[in-house]
Amino acid sequence: MTTRNIKHEQQISPFETASCPMPLRHNEQIVMGHGSGGKMTQDLIKNIFMPHLVSAPLAAANDFAQVSLPAGSNLNGYLSISTDSHAVAPLFFPGGDIGSLSICGTVNDVSMSGAVPLYLTAAFILEEGFDMDQLERIVLSMQQSAEEAGVQIVAGDTKVVEKGNADGVFINTTGVGWVPTEHRIGGEQARPGDVVLVSGDLGDHGIAVLGARGDLGFETDIQSDIAPLNHMIQAVLQAAPHTHVLRDPTRGGLATTLNEIAVQSHTCIRLDEAAVPVKPAVRAACEMLGFDPLYVANEGKLITIVPANEADAALTAMQSSKYGEHAAIIGKVEAEPIDRVLLKTVIGGTRLLDVMAGEMLPRIC
Amino acid sequence: MRYVDEFRDAKLVKGVLDEIRRTITQPWTIMEICGGQTHAFLQYGLDEMLPPEIELVHGPGCPVCVTSLKLIDKAIAIASQPDVIFTSFGDMLRVPGSEKDLFAVRAAGGQVKIVYSPLDAVKIARQNPDKQVVFFAIGFETTALPNVMSVIQAQTLGLKNFSVLVSQVRVPPAMEAILSSPANRVQGFLSAGHVNAVMGYWEYLPLAEKYNLPIVVTGFEPLDLSRGLQMLVKQLEAGTHEVQNAYPRTVTKQGNLSAQKAIERVFEPCDQQWRGIGMIPMSGWKLRQEYATFDAEQRFDVGDINTQESEICIAGEILQGLKKPIECPAFGTLCTPSNPLGATMVSSEGACAAYYRYGRARTRQA
Repeated sequence: MTTRNIKHEQQISPFETASCPMPLRHNEQIVMGHGSGGKMTQDLIKNIFMPHLVSAPLAAANDFAQVSLPAGSNLNGYLSISTDSHAVAPLFFPGGDIGSLSICGTVNDVSMSGAVPLYLTAAFILEEGFDMDQLERIVLSMQQSAEEAGVQIVAGDTKVVEKGNADGVFINTTGVGWVPTEHRIGGEQARPGDVVLVSGDLGDHGIAVLGARGDLGFETDIQSDIAPLNHMIQAVLQAAPHTHVLRDPTRGGLATTLNEIAVQSHTCIRLDEAAVPVKPAVRAACEMLGFDPLYVANEGKLITIVPANEADAALTAMQSSKYGEHAAIIGKVEAEPIDRVLLKTVIGGTRLLDVMAGEMLPRIC
Repeated sequence: MRYVDEFRDAKLVKGVLDEIRRTITQPWTIMEICGGQTHAFLQYGLDEMLPPEIELVHGPGCPVCVTSLKLIDKAIAIASQPDVIFTSFGDMLRVPGSEKDLFAVRAAGGQVKIVYSPLDAVKIARQNPDKQVVFFAIGFETTALPNVMSVIQAQTLGLKNFSVLVSQVRVPPAMEAILSSPANRVQGFLSAGHVNAVMGYWEYLPLAEKYNLPIVVTGFEPLDLSRGLQMLVKQLEAGTHEVQNAYPRTVTKQGNLSAQKAIERVFEPCDQQWRGIGMIPMSGWKLRQEYATFDAEQRFDVGDINTQESEICIAGEILQGLKKPIECPAFGTLCTPSNPLGATMVSSEGACAAYYRYGRARTRQA
């Protein structure tokens, strides 16, 4: 930066005695001026955001984004809208970063209605002093995830707060998708007789982030499972058109998500512990820490609940998808006891699988 | 996973349970000392697979549960002081003191940190020379060694800003207290395998002899627990009272001698208050005089502390095996893991927490 500034100064200051240097351009770090709405904000947008986040509404540079429903919708169906704020420490971890997280998280939430995700907005809260190269890495990662999901980022916002008032960068994304009329998907739709499937190994994200924080006290090569799930969801809906529930088991893990569904639908979900896929390394990490992988966070897993006669088709569709290789049937929906999740344990016993109370704490001995 | 999966094998467990069914002829009341074992029974649903003749009562082996209220109030007072970083195992943060818990101290701006090992607390002390770093050194014999090692390491490093708030308890005196009580119903013990891994089981021989009761050293996986019960039931039916080892892959009779030596170097036996139970003579360990400079109770003057226990909580009777969690009127209503009245509802080894987490929907509760 210094070299560039000096060069610039020399070009515009032919008089050796003139001593009114150009202000420093702050290309390496975020400073308060980047949130001013003035020239520096425009430079930030032009240099960091625009080269990576490309869409017609963004290029139009209006206060709003004007978008269309997809061709073929004939204005039928519904809009599905979801918003999520993302704060994660550390910002970069094995398998992903806050950028991919902010896109995939919202794409997935929108898609859980059966929607085809179309458009996203992205709002950044940046901490003064944040490294510009890191910001660019995050933006690039957002673009890659958006491209894979097939969504456009159509509007954005940037604010800068004083050092100490944020943790590097927070990103809020809001997503809009189109739901064809025929789908009736939601937690309340689970019916006795339905079959419960999950798209792959559980707990990868939670353990990867703990590992990246250096909290484990041992090394692991576990990668976060962050992924956009919308393409897999469309494949499942093709194969199992009467799908009742789609849900991603993020914070609180599979156990918490299934409890939500049991309560929403007033059913009992009976889970077979031996059928739940978990990587040996994640199981080992959980054993050592006293965690249960059923409660550990995921960012690229899909729970699907479908009528029994569509279960095999849904399973095949998931297993054929890029992110569903280890998909498995893990349980079924029953009428009673309502609002409960019961677990058939690996030794054949049965117990309640409750929601987590507060934060997960490692055991003492 | 090797060394784990084979001990969770459904067929092997069923085989052992069938063997117990063939042996058992009458009801027996058996106590598993360790809260970790209570949780394992419920976590695997093993308790419901046992023959109805076996009644399990849950023992006091939960370090979080038996740490005295006065010491928890002291911890809260120390943690609230400026320039103190208070470090603790995670479970202790939610244990209710007389008025609040350590989480509340943290929310109010106190520096309370969860550590996975006491040695992490020593590391924090090295990194923060301008702060007083205190570690809440609680636990049974199992955690005594890492707790002792933190003191030895701090001494070796010459750290002046590290101290420990000690509440160490020992299993054998607690077993004796239960057995000598007129209300005792326990006819056989599953001994806590992790404690025995450190201490061996030589200390248990006189107990079995004195009270004519069998004791079986037992591990924590479903097959370990089943085998422990099998050996115990066989003894009960035969009327013998030996100390047997059903956890030989980890436990020897003499235990870990170098660990015992390190513990003896730093700690000496003392009378100890057990929350909900009361004073049990010579049931604890305290820092020896040579290590008094590492004693947080001496380093911080927190004045007189008046403790106030919940009037509803029956944790004391539960810890002595006299009552089951579901016999408490507050269980699952006034008292839940999110709003615990007693420590037994908090800890990952507490009996009430185990019943709440794994057993609430059961029909066979009473």
